[in-house]
Order: sequence, then structure tokens, then C-alpha cells
Amino acid sequence: MNNTAERSISIMIAGSGGTGAMTAGAILLDAAARGGWYGLMERSYGPQIRGGEALAIVRLSNQPVATRADTDQILVAIDWRNIERFLPEFRLTPDSLIIGDSKMGEIPQEFQSLGARECQLPLTALAKEISGGRPNMIALGVITQLIGLPDDITVAAVEKALASKDADARKASIDAVRSGMTAAAELPQLHRLPKVPPQALERWSLTGNEAAAYGAVLGGIRFAAGYPITPATEVLEWLATALPELGGVLVQAEDELASVGQIIGASFGGAPAMTATSGPGLALMTECIGLAVASEVPIVVLDVMRGGPSTGIPTKSEQTDLNMAIYGLHGDAPHLVLAPMSVSDCIFTMQWSVHLAEALQTPAIVLSDQSLGQTRTIIDAVPDVAIAAKRKVPQVLSDGYLRYEDTESGVSPMSIPGMPGGQYTADGLEHNEKGHPSTTASDHVAQLSKRLRKITDFDYGTHWAEIDGHGETAIITWGSVYGTVREAVEKLGDWQDKLRLIGIRLLAPHRPKELAAALQGVKRILVVEQSQSGQFHDYLRAKYDLPGETRSLSKPGPLPISSHTLNEQITGWN
Amino acid sequence: MAANVEELTPRCYKSDIKPVWCPGCGDFSVLASITKALSALSLKREEVSVISGIGCSSRIPAYLSVYGFHSVHGRALTVATGLKVARPDLTVLVASGDGDGFSIGGNHFLHACRRNLDLTYIVMDNQVYGMTKGQASPTTDPDWEEGKLTPGGTGVNPFQPLVIALASGATFIARCSSGDQDGTADTIAEAIRHPGFAFVQVLSPCVTFRPEQRGWNDLVHAAPVEPTDDPARAARRLLTDDSFFTGILYHNQHRLPPPSTRRQESHASGLKEAFRVL
Repeated sequence: MNNTAERSISIMIAGSGGTGAMTAGAILLDAAARGGWYGLMERSYGPQIRGGEALAIVRLSNQPVATRADTDQILVAIDWRNIERFLPEFRLTPDSLIIGDSKMGEIPQEFQSLGARECQLPLTALAKEISGGRPNMIALGVITQLIGLPDDITVAAVEKALASKDADARKASIDAVRSGMTAAAELPQLHRLPKVPPQALERWSLTGNEAAAYGAVLGGIRFAAGYPITPATEVLEWLATALPELGGVLVQAEDELASVGQIIGASFGGAPAMTATSGPGLALMTECIGLAVASEVPIVVLDVMRGGPSTGIPTKSEQTDLNMAIYGLHGDAPHLVLAPMSVSDCIFTMQWSVHLAEALQTPAIVLSDQSLGQTRTIIDAVPDVAIAAKRKVPQVLSDGYLRYEDTESGVSPMSIPGMPGGQYTADGLEHNEKGHPSTTASDHVAQLSKRLRKITDFDYGTHWAEIDGHGETAIITWGSVYGTVREAVEKLGDWQDKLRLIGIRLLAPHRPKELAAALQGVKRILVVEQSQSGQFHDYLRAKYDLPGETRSLSKPGPLPISSHTLNEQITGWN
Repeated sequence: MAANVEELTPRCYKSDIKPVWCPGCGDFSVLASITKALSALSLKREEVSVISGIGCSSRIPAYLSVYGFHSVHGRALTVATGLKVARPDLTVLVASGDGDGFSIGGNHFLHACRRNLDLTYIVMDNQVYGMTKGQASPTTDPDWEEGKLTPGGTGVNPFQPLVIALASGATFIARCSSGDQDGTADTIAEAIRHPGFAFVQVLSPCVTFRPEQRGWNDLVHAAPVEPTDDPARAARRLLTDDSFFTGILYHNQHRLPPPSTRRQESHASGLKEAFRVL
């Protein structure tokens, strides 16, 4: 079989708090990346801040991967404490291999019933033979030996990961890894890494949150304000150290009401500005996002979505802030809503969002999610794209300067404090072209029309969506689910004649002409998303004329949609 | 050169928009005090920004000829914070009222004091919500029975903004009366000169919903002491005064934030080095 799913290995490392399951997973991913493989690692935790059960999910492949595998090949449990909490995460089959530590007791009944091969190894006992040795490093050695990752690459990755530790600690870890390699030599080598072709491009290792922050500064962001919230905090942390390098700054705000107010103030002052948050924070920000619409101040708000409603499931992914992002503002408040479809696309979509917000003087809400944001992924280096913030400012300022001039495009030159003669009052009150408060019908209609026109009439080019294939059955999706759908259809072999895959990047304003053209000749449409209520399906039905029969495949989080479920839908329909 | 420099009179800082305020409103006088202070400091109009929230007093930016932002209810300090951090070269004033600043925006007041940025925060306090026509505010006395949502009085202790400002870290705290237009102008000018967070409460009567406040002119009196830079003395002073002392009550030059330092801008794409495998 020549497809991604069959040429990847999914490895899970489980352990209770402090056992180092995540450290072992991170080193495994880094070692594989050094060896030329692609891959990704998801972190699944219990609810505890520290000391809870942890599950590292590492998928390695010879091709880029965007999503978790449908089946897991190897599970190594450093111990079995509270592992039943992760039971729905495992997709073990009779071909899978489960490795436990004999000292930690029998492999639990729930796992035995999966029919996978089982084997006990003395992880703790082997670690005890080495002064300072730890079972997680034994487990790492076992895994690298089983899958055929070269020893020297693994050792180099351990050296790098423990660079800040003293020489004794590093030696103990390396000895433990080697001991694990030896112990695994007797085990059945069921699942080997596929061969990798010579590497053409350099590889990057990053999360979607890091990618989004990087895309933002490439786009020109120089001011950020934010309030800590899972799973978006890493975006702010990255910006806090990166922005000062670029002459910018991040302010930790007292709450999300302040974050969004601060970025509006900074942008009014001429600095391209953003915040990052998750659903509860976006809910608090909606009033001020409306202010940015009315006063025409560009801002970018990144929402790394998590399970909702309310506090919901902060550490798990869901695509359920779509309704709020599109419809959440009071009044007629046209604005931009965009969504990246992969970790590397987090760079482009953020960069493009900054550009659009600045060019159109309006807020852009960008919907990433926990699975993109927090999954570390190995990707090909992403080339620089020359798209950056470009705000229209007045060239000449005279007494007659009209901040909200009713121009043909709807975009009016925006003066910046410091420019003599450009003084105006930005206002959330409806206003006339000069910016003076107004309650007249004609001013309201003119300004509403201008604010709508500037974003609907803009030429977004081809970036509004990713379109592939030309079959009569279309699959329309968005956000992180695009990666799952893409992998599922690629499993079907030559799919381009039968299927059409459309991932929508620009969700608002909607693009009726462009989608109609993309759907020419389509007879069936499957809409795929991760929400219980089918928010994306409702949005498509409300905003677009969809040809033929439409079906909705919408499932809530926290578990990802499997490509198996998807392909049952697709192949069972024709 | 000097002959060509336009003299910036108070009038130069006014726009041609007619205020929405009721005749006799104290805010007319505060507007005049602000223009006098800006004129006294000869600040260029384009280098001044006045940020406000929502309410009668928050209408002020449109009546000035400087850059302004009339934002949303309670958030003036957040917008001003972002502007000042991004543009430390600008003079940033924040105009607010007792409802906007102490109720819906109360949390931002605490944190703006803590940050101690170089902002001048002018709160026109009339102990009532005027724009929504007569509800009790955080500074209303508990036995004021005319509040339309609190018939019989609020029964709640009034908010003490100057004490809160001191406890939260503001480094310049003053009280003025709109009845003393020149004195208020002088205090606002001092507040603008102060390089940290300067909080100025201006007692500004609402003649429509609190007509008895016309009598404030007879109650206010200059504080009988010099400004102190000792927080303990200031605390005693603020906790024991009769709420009608005016003047600069606390002025601390020793607790100022370090000047912001900006590094030379490098190219953003250099940050990708951190992503490289190996």
C-alpha cells in the first residue's frame, strides 16, 4: 500500500505524573526528525496541573502527517495508574504490541481484551541497575530499537534534550537508553519505521501555536496583549520573547476585556496588534471587537478553540466557536473570520490575516484549535511569503481631512497620532465621514454600507480556500479537520476523479461566486466538522446555494474524527 | 523661527462640536480646564490623545481638536494602556466618570494604577449615572433615595477612589472641583508633567439629577497640607478627610517605572532558526 496511513507508526507512552512519559515522547519525535522522518506528537493529560497521568502519542512517517493515526502499533506503559481514563484514546488492534513493566503489575483487563500482543519488560529493574537511571529512558531505548531508529541518532537527541543537565545525569540517561535497546533485541520487530528518501528540504519542529505566533510577526504584528488561557497561552509566551527582538512588546493584561482594549489602543497608535485566547476569552472580547469594526481599527484575535460550552474541556479540541466568531457581535458588524488548516498553514493564515486586517481596517478573528495549537509536528521548512501589514494612511493632510471618507472601495486613509492635521476621534458611536457622532439615517446607512463593502468587494484571490480534485462528490470542511479528511481521501487511491475536497480558509465574508464555481458539476456534498450541532453545516446552508444532496458529518470533541468513519460515509454514498 | 510658531491658546484645543451636556453641567468647566492645561504646556495637538469610555464625561474627546478615542463602557484605560505602551512618545489623557471608571471599569483602574504608566486619568465624579438618567453610582452616598434602581437608598458604602488608587500603586493623586476652573487646570498640568500614573478626581456636579451638588462650591476647600510622597501619611490623609479636600494629595517621584527601552528591530524571519531540526 502506497499511502501515509500504512507507512506510519503510532507509538503511545503512558505513565503517571513524574514518570517522564512526555519527555520520552518528545525525545523520540526529535530523534526521528533528526533521522529524516516526519511525525507529530500529541500530549494527553489528566486534569491535574502536575503529577497526573500523562499519555504521549507519537506518530512517525516517511511522509508529512497532519493528524493522529487510525490505529496505534505500540503502547509502552511505564505504569498503569489511572490509565483507564485514556481508554477511549487507544486504537489498538490485534497487530499492536503492548509493553508493560512486570513490577507494575499485570496488564489491565481492559487492554488484554483488545487482543493485542502483550509483553512484560522489567523497566524499573533495568533502570535500577544504572545509577541515576530512569524507566522512561529504558522505555525510549526499547521503542527506538523496536522501530529501527538508529542508535546514534537517538543518543544525539538525548544529549540535546538533556543539555542543561550535568554530565552524570546525561550519562545515566544514555546508559538507560542503551540498556533499553539491548532489552528490546529479543522482542518481535513487528513495526519498523519505513525507509526515508534523502532529505531535500530542511525540516522544522513546531506547534501550531508557535507557527501562528511566527506568522503573526511575519505579517507585521508588533504589539500583543493577552491573558493566560489554555490552550492558547503558548502563542503569548512565544510572542513575549519574540516581540522585543523586533522592537515590539507584549503586555500581560488583567483580563480579556483589557487584552482586546489594549490592542485596539496600540493599533490606533499605528502598531499592528493582536491577542490570542480561547472560547471563554473570545466571549469576553466580543463587545470591543464590535468597537474595532465601528471605529475601523485593525486588530487580529486568534482563538485557539477548545471543547465548550463554558469552561468545557480546556485541554481538548473542538470546532465550536464558529457561530460566535461569525455571528457573535451586536449590530451589523462585518468582519473577517479565517481558519488555518494545518500547522504550517498557521503561519500563512496568520500572516495573511494581519495583512487583511491592516489593509481593510477591520478585526480579523482567526480560528485555530487545540489539536493544531498544541501538537508538535515535523514539517518541511516553510518558505517566506512576502505578505505584510500595509495600512492606508493619508499622504497629504488638509483641513478637510475625512477619517471615515465614503470612498469607492470603502477603505478610508487612516491618520495616526503624531500626524499633524490628522486629528480625529475614533468612535464606537455611529458617525459621519468626519468622525463626528451622528444619529442620522443617511450617515448610518452610508457608514454601514462602507464597512460592509470594503470587506465584501475586496479581491481575496485564491487564498480563500484549498480546492483539490474534480469529482461529483464534494467534501467541504475547515480548520484542523481538513488534515483528517485529506488523509482519509488519500487512502482511497486515485480519488481526484471521484471526489472534490474543499477546505475553506476565509469563513467571513463568504464567497458565493467562488464556491459556486468550485462546486460546478457536483451532485453530492458531505460537510465534515468537529461540532455536535453542525455549526459549519448550518453556516454553509445559510450563506451558500449548495447543489445536489447535502449530508453532514459532525461529531463533537474531544476525540478526533477517524478517517475510517469518514471513508465509510464517502464510499457508502455513491 | 519662534515668530512662526503658532501660539496654542486654550481655544486651539477645542473642536467645533457642541457638547451634549445639560446647561450648568460641571463637565463644561473640566473641558475648559483640560484645554487650559494643554495650552499651558504648549503641547502640539497631534501629539496628544484623549481616550474615554461611555457616559456624559466620556463625550469629551469629540469636543477637543487632539486625537481622541471614544471607546466602550469601562474600557478607556485599556485602550489608553495599549496606546501608551505602543507610542510612549505621545501624551495620553484618559477621561472617565464615576460609573464608567469605578464600576464597569473598576478592575482596569486597579491594574492601571499598578502598572504606573505615564497616563493622566481624569475622572469627573458626580455620584450618579447621568446619561441613563439618574441611577446610583459607586460613589453615591448610601442614603441617596432618588436612585431609580435603588429606591430607599443603596445601603452600600461608597467607593473611595483616592484610597484605592493609593493602595493600587498610583504615584500622583489629586482632587479638584470643577467650580475652580483654573485650579483644576493647574492640577491637570501637574498631572500631565508627572511621569507615572496620575489620578485626578474632579468633583463635577450633575445639575439635572443631583441639583443639590450646586452646593459643592461651598463645601470644597484646599487641603491644609502640602502634597506628601509618603504612602502611609497619604493613606491617613485620604481615609480621614471629608471628601471635599482639594489639591495634590500624594505625589511620589521615587516609585516610577523604568523608561521603556526598545531594541533595534531585526527581521522577523530570523526567528525561524528556533524551529530548525538539529
